[in-house]
Amino acid sequence: MSDQKPVNAADIRAVLERNDSARLRAWLKTCASCGLCSESCFFYLANDNNPEFMPQYKVRKTLGELIKRQGEVSREELEDMKEIAWARCTMCRRCTQYCPFGIDMGLMINIARQCMRTQNVCPERLMNIDQSYVEFGNQMQIPDEEFVETCEWMAEEGQATIKDLEIPIDKQDARIMFIVNSREPKYYPQDIQEAAIVMHVAGDNWTMPSHGWEATNLSMFSGNIAVAGMVAQSVYDAALKLNAKKICVTECGHAYRAAKYEGPYWTKQPNGQAPVEVTHAVALFHEYMKEGKIKLKHKFKDPITLQHPCNLSRSGDLGEQADELMEMLCENFIPMEPHREWSHCCCGGGGFIPMGPDYKRTRMVAGKVKAEQIRKTGAKYVLVPCHNCTDQINDLNKEYDLGIKIVSFKQLICELMEVPPHMQPEEEDEE
Amino acid sequence: MYAFVNGPLVWIAFAVFILGSIWQIAALYRMSKRTDKVFYNHYNSGAAASSVINWLIPFGSHSWREHPGFTVLTFAFHICLLAAPIFALGHSATLAFNLNISWPNLPDSLVDTLTLVFMAAAAGILIRRFVVPQVRIVTEPKDIVVWAITVLPFVTGYMAAHKMLLDPDTMLLLHALTGCLMLICIPFTKLAHVFLFFMSRAFIGSEFARRGTKTW
Repeated sequence: MSDQKPVNAADIRAVLERNDSARLRAWLKTCASCGLCSESCFFYLANDNNPEFMPQYKVRKTLGELIKRQGEVSREELEDMKEIAWARCTMCRRCTQYCPFGIDMGLMINIARQCMRTQNVCPERLMNIDQSYVEFGNQMQIPDEEFVETCEWMAEEGQATIKDLEIPIDKQDARIMFIVNSREPKYYPQDIQEAAIVMHVAGDNWTMPSHGWEATNLSMFSGNIAVAGMVAQSVYDAALKLNAKKICVTECGHAYRAAKYEGPYWTKQPNGQAPVEVTHAVALFHEYMKEGKIKLKHKFKDPITLQHPCNLSRSGDLGEQADELMEMLCENFIPMEPHREWSHCCCGGGGFIPMGPDYKRTRMVAGKVKAEQIRKTGAKYVLVPCHNCTDQINDLNKEYDLGIKIVSFKQLICELMEVPPHMQPEEEDEE
Repeated sequence: MYAFVNGPLVWIAFAVFILGSIWQIAALYRMSKRTDKVFYNHYNSGAAASSVINWLIPFGSHSWREHPGFTVLTFAFHICLLAAPIFALGHSATLAFNLNISWPNLPDSLVDTLTLVFMAAAAGILIRRFVVPQVRIVTEPKDIVVWAITVLPFVTGYMAAHKMLLDPDTMLLLHALTGCLMLICIPFTKLAHVFLFFMSRAFIGSEFARRGTKTW
């Protein structure tokens, strides 16, 4: 498998030193091993309450060991730790909410991942993605020209629905600089078209950058913080260059968290704030609806539930707005229990989806908790404002035979909204 | 020996406890200024306070509500742990005799009850450690040692007051000795959660609040 070079403990120690903070020290010292974190963890619940899946145990077996032994561990031990840090935790941080001391075990697993990444102990695919960011600026090896072409193609095709639809590239002084998950230009270009339609109908002044358009930041999950910072910086740079007022992240969970909350620290921004305000499609659509910029023909009628992505509703600030948006769009919104910031991770996050088929089985087992939550609502539609959650819930749909349909906010809005007459194409095909 | 334990050692123990705690807090505070900018950048006093207060109230947090059994055990343990020694007549009398400080006290029978409730809760917590698999798996010898250090002053205090096992003077000596041991251990062991609780809770309450998220 991985190369058999000896472990370089000094590199691990450097990571530990970089992450040595007052809060980490307090956490290491306080934990009373009370076990309250166990039942907060969907891995633990989905694996028949196997105590080895309880969060504190996972932290102890990874970061705990690395600290105790100051990185002097063998490659075999690192491989075992890899299975814990990547395949038994998505860093969803729900355990933090259940800990009496508020110990952030997700962050501690992240530090363990950073340590292991220095030894190239990391799921192969995540390491390849780091490389793709460095070479192409995005996770899917898409050259910028190809991205721009896809946007042009999507705009042209979209003119069948919206008369003058355009996807402005590199427009100066726009209010919104929209950035996407590279999965969209690669596999789901309609996503870009739908977002463009919504922003166009709302009459917004928006653009997309020809470079720095990649919203995802999977290096945050591989533990390669240098690359994670590079990706965040390229987004900030694009927005600064275009003098955009806001960066808006597509319906993706971790991308928003990375750009808004973690990126400023990786890139050493003053006061921990991104140089350009970061917002998200959920917030943008919420604003359009609230301000009447988008009007609906009617609300969505079928019972529908909402997946709250951890990185939007727990580690982001969008839980409440997502629920409100659901209420504005749907007649029959049934929240999952628990929801919003208390929501369970679906097991698509933390890098799980891009970790590929090797980890699919684990993902399906641990996703049971989410599948049951969905089933309990009785809804046949699930709105999912995150790409990784979408892939995971699609897989869960098949695995657990949920019989559901997954939709995104932009898709739903495109279906429900009123297109003003002057935006409708001239020779309307009789439909 | 008796004179030393009940005299200078008590002073030393209190000094170590207080100065040691202050030193620990100050060291962490100073370090945090350098390493925890995220806290200072986004400090939210309301959320920090709510995060502390809601966890100090029985059933005040989501987690407490979802674990009622453990909540009752923990609060019984901690409330009695504080109330029994602070308001024990013996302690009040000692203060009055030695320092001429008048200190309120509770009736002996009530202090006895608090002590017994404490010991029952402590036993419950210990049993839970071994019976509940997810707690057993993370239990280390030091958890048991810290538990014993906390419980011993209560057992010896109760026995001294009720003239059990050893002659009262010897038991009192053991009581003072174990009490001092507990105080001295607070700043340097897991017992530091006495003050670290407030720091880590304030941090996480504030840190999650900037994401609109509650940790209680």
